[in-house]
Amino acid sequence: MTGQVALIDSGGANIASLQFALARLGHDGILTRDAGFITGARHVILPGVGAASTAMERLADRGLDTVIAELTQPVLAICLGLQLLFDSSGENDTRCLGIMEGHVRALEPSAERPVPHMGWNRVNQVRESKLLRGIQNGAYFYFVHSYAADIGASTTASADYGRTFSAIAEQGNFFATQFHPEKSGTAGQQLLKNFLATG
Amino acid sequence: MGDILDLAQRYRDEGADELVFYDITASPDGRSVDRAWIHRVAKLLDIPFCVAGGIRTPEEAETVLNFGADKISINTPALTRPALIDELAQRFGSQCVVIGIDSLEVDRQYRVCQFTGDPDRMRNSGRATADWVREVQSRGAGEIVLNCMNQDGVRNGYDIAQLTEIRAISKIPLIASGGAGTEQHFVDVFRQARVDGALAATVFHSAAIDIGNLKQHLLAHSIEVRP
Repeated sequence: MTGQVALIDSGGANIASLQFALARLGHDGILTRDAGFITGARHVILPGVGAASTAMERLADRGLDTVIAELTQPVLAICLGLQLLFDSSGENDTRCLGIMEGHVRALEPSAERPVPHMGWNRVNQVRESKLLRGIQNGAYFYFVHSYAADIGASTTASADYGRTFSAIAEQGNFFATQFHPEKSGTAGQQLLKNFLATG
Repeated sequence: MGDILDLAQRYRDEGADELVFYDITASPDGRSVDRAWIHRVAKLLDIPFCVAGGIRTPEEAETVLNFGADKISINTPALTRPALIDELAQRFGSQCVVIGIDSLEVDRQYRVCQFTGDPDRMRNSGRATADWVREVQSRGAGEIVLNCMNQDGVRNGYDIAQLTEIRAISKIPLIASGGAGTEQHFVDVFRQARVDGALAATVFHSAAIDIGNLKQHLLAHSIEVRP
């Protein structure tokens, strides 16, 4: 199956790696802020790097906050994208999209665990997950983040870094990963493949 | 170019967790590396990679990151103008700013060297390594690669004493470099110096050590790695 994937431009994100990963799976990732294109796409990805407040402002600026909430096709939110799906973030006290219930909080740095949390970490499945099909439980994925969503009703897999947080969240047509699947080797590729196979 | 792509693919398949591409001749010549290859590497790789060499301005850093690199590593240009670290961290975030430090033991003191890509121009920067490690952290560096030059290329093992000393003052990830010769050297540096990562070039290029086998060895010694 090949096709176009709408990559929502929330600003600041370097999406080259993600586009290359999609290309390896035979898909074209189109960076866009066009509401019509996003609504019509078969799959939508919400990437994101940077601050939650800046990204939310940029989405709201084009009315994309409302557009995203009303999407019915499969949506994958990555890294900051995952955080934006929740109710709110402690990063500059930002109200987020509220698609998933829960709050995003800063990771606490310690001598053993510098923040940002950067590197490979285990992801542990906590309930049925479409994204983890064919992937061994406890597989390693690549993380780069300073904030994380608490475990909630939508959490399907967790990771530990000082505290346990949502590594993967899934709710209806919305899917989200705190890690970067496009940088997570074979496991990441399988996860993207699983996402593209939904819907 | 084909060689770079072949190597990148080989290391990725062997299970490397991250790749660093060095152009060590970039800084002494005052030229920039040709960046087009980064794009081709990024197309191929699905693991994080870092580009080092000749990045002297935020604009050059942006070019490298836009070509698809996940991190940039700065060495000599940071010594020449330390404020570059602050500028890079503010603009791109600490997570992609790696500081490479070439440290040489002189009269029982660790000193930072610069222009290490060119034997004729290489010189002692006059800075104590520990001072520089503290400074780069306060300026916003996200990671340090400490290349222990007394061990570099001799394959007698990492410089455990120096890495242990620097580990104690490093609040950000510390990557050991210089001296890897056997699988046991990796076990030693993780166990004794408690570094966050270990970098090696020669033993992997020459296939003296296979990364997959190395990881099995580390796991057998209860060192947590991605299998």
